Amino acid sequence: MKARGLRAYVWVYLIFLYAPIVLLPLFAFNSGSVIAFPLADFTTKWFVELSRISALHAAVRTSLFIAVVSAVLATTLGVFAAMASTRARFPGQRGIMGFIMLPLVLPEIIVAVALLVVILRLGLGTGTWAVIAGHVLICTPFTIAILRAAFASLDASLEEAAQDLGESRLATFRLVTLPLVIPGIISALLISFTISMDEFIIAFFLTGTEPTLPVYLWSMLRFPQQLPAVMALGTILVVLSVLLITVAEYFRRRGIARAGGQDSGGFL
Amino acid sequence: MSIGAGLQRKLRSKSGAGLLLISPPALYAAALLAVPLGAVLIMSFWTQTGIRDFDMTLTLAHYREAFADPLYRQLLLRSLGIAGAVTVVTVVLAFPVAYFVSFHVAPNRKALWIFLITIPFWTSYLIRVFLWKVILGFNGVVNSGLQGIGLIDEPLSFLLYNVNAVVITLAHAYAPFAILPIYVALEKIDRSLLEAAQDLGENAVMRFLRVTLPLALPGVLAAILIVFIPTIGDYVTPRLVGGPDGLMIANMIHTLFLRLNNAPLGAALSVIAMITVAIAALALMLLTRWITTGGKR
Repeated sequence: MKARGLRAYVWVYLIFLYAPIVLLPLFAFNSGSVIAFPLADFTTKWFVELSRISALHAAVRTSLFIAVVSAVLATTLGVFAAMASTRARFPGQRGIMGFIMLPLVLPEIIVAVALLVVILRLGLGTGTWAVIAGHVLICTPFTIAILRAAFASLDASLEEAAQDLGESRLATFRLVTLPLVIPGIISALLISFTISMDEFIIAFFLTGTEPTLPVYLWSMLRFPQQLPAVMALGTILVVLSVLLITVAEYFRRRGIARAGGQDSGGFL
Repeated sequence: MSIGAGLQRKLRSKSGAGLLLISPPALYAAALLAVPLGAVLIMSFWTQTGIRDFDMTLTLAHYREAFADPLYRQLLLRSLGIAGAVTVVTVVLAFPVAYFVSFHVAPNRKALWIFLITIPFWTSYLIRVFLWKVILGFNGVVNSGLQGIGLIDEPLSFLLYNVNAVVITLAHAYAPFAILPIYVALEKIDRSLLEAAQDLGENAVMRFLRVTLPLALPGVLAAILIVFIPTIGDYVTPRLVGGPDGLMIANMIHTLFLRLNNAPLGAALSVIAMITVAIAALALMLLTRWITTGGKR
């Protein structure tokens, strides 16, 4: 009886969570040029229009480059940190780990401002590499959270066995550890990629003459005649990120299962 | 030779290997987080004289201005107020959902539910915020829906471009951040404690209030922290749905840095925002420690 009320509430909450995403395709395929109800006819012309905006294509390329580089760097740093925090004990461990995880709870505008100040002072230009520096900083904590689970559920005696059998540390990592945690690494790469592709405020502060996709999207939002195309773009982005995240979740679970751990659910 | 051998021994030891492993991410965070944050602090005491020129004489003028000028004071207080409201709304709405997933969903389907809850979070933030503008707008979904049913004749104008819209949109954006820590805390609760309470004659409500809620409190406090901190610095939501009365401190920081060429004042506001966040975080962590140790005694 009480459970039924609770269940109803949870469904209403899920509708609240999904409302924006469900509305997006409705407007993307709507021929009316104003984003409002009632809907007019079905059309795919906004998707065709997207294919004609060359500045948008350049922004997508910039974002893809930034996201790939950031994901690789953040995941590499994440592997080091996750190994250090699950495998070793060293002085100041909690403090150092806490500091590395700090961007997770720091307002992003603070990270953006801090990097901008340094760039202004050093006389460097803003641009793609500045954005990458910021994105690696905010992605690393997420990769650590995922990889720590992967490393923690890994049986350390497997590595010890390899070393006892005469493998070097590096060979042990390559032959034993890496194959067992590779699903976690793929998951961390995909999550970082997704975060970087979507990140706005750091890119907004640090992007130079080449805007990232979210920064370009932000400029599109100011022009009412471009809004239907924004809806079409949003639909594509949502489909792609749901696909990516589903793949990431699949690998994360497989990683935990392969290493013999119990799934606790969720990335965070 | 002996130094090399000493170093090798050191590296083979557990703590040496740990330090070696942690150094790349730690150095990265030090160079790109600690140093820049320090630079923000120093710059907040300077004065900007040109686009890239600064008078490096240390002065407290920007802090005086930030606290004395009603504009900045109002923005700071409003950001605090909005972040507080968002936190309360988000956590209160999220708790029953976390409770449902932890207590009423079959164990093998829990991961799927958590995944369902986190999916919207991974879709474009800008687009999600913009869609709330569409939902709450003058010809928006809510208004045309209510008019369609015949509940209202005129569109409601209090939905968009004010503080309410900011709170609703942010409560949506940070929902998973609140649900996950509460869910994790609820999952840790030993179910036999609940049975014991029941056997000792507590009814469902008292059992919830006296056993479940206190044990879930660390998760609730974590949720409060993880929602409050990023919302106070949010830029996009106030800009898109807040209207002139819904702007927050991040919007002002952006304007000062990139439009008004007053980076030092922007830096001072950033420092004040950071200190506020740190105080809130510290207070909540102390509260958590006090509650958890008080429980064990």
